[in-house]
Amino acid sequence: MEIYELTVHELLEKLDKKEITKKQILDSYASRISEKEKDVQAFITITDDNLEEKLNNVSSNPSKFAGLPIGIKDNICTKGVKTTCASKMLENFVSPYDATVMEKINAEGLISLGKLNMDEFAMGGSTEHSYFKKTRNPWNLNKVPGGSSGGSAAAVASGMVPWALGSDTGGSIREPASFCGIVGLKPTYGLVSRYGLVAFASSLDQIGTLTKDVEDTAILLNIIAGHDSKDTTSINHEKEDYTLALKDDVKGLKIGVPIEYFGEGIDKEVREAINKVIEKYKELGATVEECSLNVAEYALATYYIIACAEASSNLGRFDGIRYGYRSKNYENLKDIYKNSRSEGFGSEVKRRIILGTYVLSSGYYDAYYKKAQQVRTLVKKEFAKNFEKYDVILAPTAPNVAFDIGSKIDNPLQMYLSDICTVPVNIAGLPGINVPCGLNNEGMPIGFQLIGKPFDESTIIRAAYTYEKNTNFRKNKPEFKK
Amino acid sequence: MQVSREELLHIANLADLKLKDEEIDTYLTHLEEILNYANIVNSAPIEGLEETIGMNDNENVFRKDEVVPSYKREELLQNAPEEQSGMFKIPKVMN
Amino acid sequence: MLRDNYEVVIGLEVHAELSTKTKIFCSCPTEFGGEPNTHCCPICMALPGTLPVLNEKVVEYAVKAGLAMNCEIEKNSKNDRKNYFYPDLPKAYQISQYDRPLCKCGKITIDDGLGEQKVIRITRIHIEEDAGKLNHDDFGGGSLVDLNRAGVPLIEIVSEPDIRSSKEAENYLRKVKSILEYIEVSDCKMQEGSLRADVNVSVRKKGDTKLGTRTEMKNMNSFHSIVRGIEYEIDRQIDVLEAGGKVEQETLRWDDVSGRTFSMRDKEDAQDYRYFPDPDLVAIHLSDEYIENVKKTLPELPESRKVRYLDEYKLTEREAKLLTASKYLSDLFEQTVSKCGNPKAVCNWILSDISRILNEEEKEPNEIPFNSDELSELITLIDKGTISSAIAKKVLEELFKDPKAPSKIIEEKGWVQISDEGAIKEIVLEILANNPQSIQDYKGGKDRALGFLVGQAMKQSKGKANPQMLNKMFIEEMNKM
Repeated sequence: MEIYELTVHELLEKLDKKEITKKQILDSYASRISEKEKDVQAFITITDDNLEEKLNNVSSNPSKFAGLPIGIKDNICTKGVKTTCASKMLENFVSPYDATVMEKINAEGLISLGKLNMDEFAMGGSTEHSYFKKTRNPWNLNKVPGGSSGGSAAAVASGMVPWALGSDTGGSIREPASFCGIVGLKPTYGLVSRYGLVAFASSLDQIGTLTKDVEDTAILLNIIAGHDSKDTTSINHEKEDYTLALKDDVKGLKIGVPIEYFGEGIDKEVREAINKVIEKYKELGATVEECSLNVAEYALATYYIIACAEASSNLGRFDGIRYGYRSKNYENLKDIYKNSRSEGFGSEVKRRIILGTYVLSSGYYDAYYKKAQQVRTLVKKEFAKNFEKYDVILAPTAPNVAFDIGSKIDNPLQMYLSDICTVPVNIAGLPGINVPCGLNNEGMPIGFQLIGKPFDESTIIRAAYTYEKNTNFRKNKPEFKK
Repeated sequence: MQVSREELLHIANLADLKLKDEEIDTYLTHLEEILNYANIVNSAPIEGLEETIGMNDNENVFRKDEVVPSYKREELLQNAPEEQSGMFKIPKVMN
Repeated sequence: MLRDNYEVVIGLEVHAELSTKTKIFCSCPTEFGGEPNTHCCPICMALPGTLPVLNEKVVEYAVKAGLAMNCEIEKNSKNDRKNYFYPDLPKAYQISQYDRPLCKCGKITIDDGLGEQKVIRITRIHIEEDAGKLNHDDFGGGSLVDLNRAGVPLIEIVSEPDIRSSKEAENYLRKVKSILEYIEVSDCKMQEGSLRADVNVSVRKKGDTKLGTRTEMKNMNSFHSIVRGIEYEIDRQIDVLEAGGKVEQETLRWDDVSGRTFSMRDKEDAQDYRYFPDPDLVAIHLSDEYIENVKKTLPELPESRKVRYLDEYKLTEREAKLLTASKYLSDLFEQTVSKCGNPKAVCNWILSDISRILNEEEKEPNEIPFNSDELSELITLIDKGTISSAIAKKVLEELFKDPKAPSKIIEEKGWVQISDEGAIKEIVLEILANNPQSIQDYKGGKDRALGFLVGQAMKQSKGKANPQMLNKMFIEEMNKM
């Protein structure tokens, strides 16, 4: 096995046994980037320069992770390195401060190899809405990697970074993880600080992990989780060690499978793959039962109302005055606002700002935003009801596998509808993890998702780990089909 | 859900966005389609349910009233499109 | 008079900057002044990714203000975003409170200016953040944005439209200011903009039950301009109505120089602020215990202080009321008395000469440049006979110009009272020699002649001669003649 194919815990083992050095690890990833990035296009900014010096800089750091590489989604603020959100608006923006997660990453001495591509301001599910480039799916370069954390997922799947941080507002970690055949975790809302994550929808955004396997998920979550006084929505719980959940045991675990997730909209091969997952869990000693979660459609409608409303307000600060793109074409203040925003934002971002402004505007607030917030209460209640009976809920991550680049770009509603499996989790603020469960007949990855109770990441990690240990799907490798 | 051209332009104006003529029809169609879909929320069984405010049980999260030294001005202004005398420069605003 | 046919209806929205050390949502200092953009951080500059955290003192101060103004405290409050674009508002939304302000349904009592007490109801008090400042660049033809003030905490105190005259409006604002100063939640420096008001004015024919269309004068920051602005608006609106026109609902700017209002027509269309709960901030739940604890920190308010002054210092009702109307004057009074005694004299100095100078210079008591150290020394110097009251008045003028120890001023100016018997005698003899007629008059029983002679002597000595000694010596000398 090449070094770049190893997981982080495998790297640690080899380092421990002195079979490899950190320098070799960094070099392996750097050469992988120079080999694959031209095909995959996962990075917006590559920072694999001066690796030896960077390694030197962390030589006194006692953390076992010091000197290991990582990739960062380009909506997480990194001091001194551009944070663009894949937007023309922030093409040259350099943050003067580090996001709280970056402080944690830096404290461990991890070395960022670069900032990863995404849909502009995390709005999208295919990474086609990046101002800079379209990232390719490593399994088939004509297909999308999913989104919005498509760069993060593709970089991990193609071995250009061993693991990466992403963000998930409506599925933006889980869906690309599923399309690229890797593990992606969206933690419970409030587990990871949002300070320094450029906001899309504040009540839904959450930073999470994209890794090659479940064990690495637990390790990386240990690093980034924890209370932050800079984020009032961050929960002040005692810190947990998620690696303790890495147990090959689901005996007695109660799994609910909502029948609503197996309707017409779900691809036949995806359904079949999930059915096999259910069989596997039964075989491993879990109790699996059909349940009802009759709120998916409401949740999706609610999601687009709330996410766009919050986005319309969050993105007001991009006005061409203090930072960001300023149009050359202005005579007065109003021109600066209108032209900078119209030229600096892409069409999907503008569409969502308009939708969000509309649902908050006078006369429509009650019909849309207020109702949506009530539906949100309904969705939370429905999940809570199910969690009285089940420890985890199992569902497809996406209704289909990765699709062809360009095939959905002109139909935003169609694109939105494909978020139906992931969005309810964000609406209810729950943790969700994508686990690869095979390939379809075209060789594209399929994933399933486990949804947990609030702050019960441990249980979904344990269930995901057990599945992974007892199947072989991680051994599948992307082929970079052209 | 019918959205008029005027309404769309009013909304775009509130959001300080300028739409090109050729964009307006596309945005109108998309906005209508999405709003029609979003209307599902009006048929949801939400009688008597409170609106969700706050995503978790956090409440009363406050800061102590203690000064933390401010940032260096150069750092805060490093991304400014136009700067003068330590301030952000914009076209003249009549007040 | 035309005006007699109309009733004036006024409501005030008072913005007071809270005197916290740090801003409402970040740990930057709130100090006034400073180089542009030096009291700023990524949060108050609204850099991407930043989040607000509410300053606990802001909640406490707002609740304190609410309790002092007899409000109900909202136990289940929250912050909302008010969305609009303006270069002084870096996030493009102001974090404010929409439908659950911290305080509501209060009332305060004011003088109506005609000798009666009147209750003005308070609709609500909410917390919000101040905006930055636009400076005009006279050379480059642009404007410059300074965000030092962005995020300074404010409370907005909204009154019901219970005010019926410009005098009532002035007295209402004075009362609000006095309360805020007493409870020490705002320094209320109007000249620095830390207390300012939006004034809503409408008129209606007497007997009408429907309110007239109102106009709103924004950001008024002196009592004087508020009174003038209201008077101007009343006349203007009546003129419009009398001419058969309609008052337009609009936002106005009062111009002190030209003495008129101007329409602020920068808004292309009606504002739609799209308020919604700020998802970055969590709910505020105030317990009964919290509210009780804030209540315990409320200091003595003007009414009870007044009663105490009658008893403790034997002041008259009028004196006690005037002193306690301003916390600054009242504190100055108490601190001075504690250093030099003589409450009557201290009260007189504050209410007559100090108040007169404040009035002439259109200053507020908190702008008095000296403190009780100087004032008590001044009074002690009079009491000891070091200076005359005439000199003391001149020293006071000096204190306003360049505050330092009165003894130092006297020394520098050479104003020490002449109490040397020889020197006094010299002056007395000289004046007597020049005014034989006055001696005759005095001897003839005209007491006024003595006053004239003392006056002459004071003039000659440039006010420095000790008047009591002059008096005594004139009598002695004339009796010898």
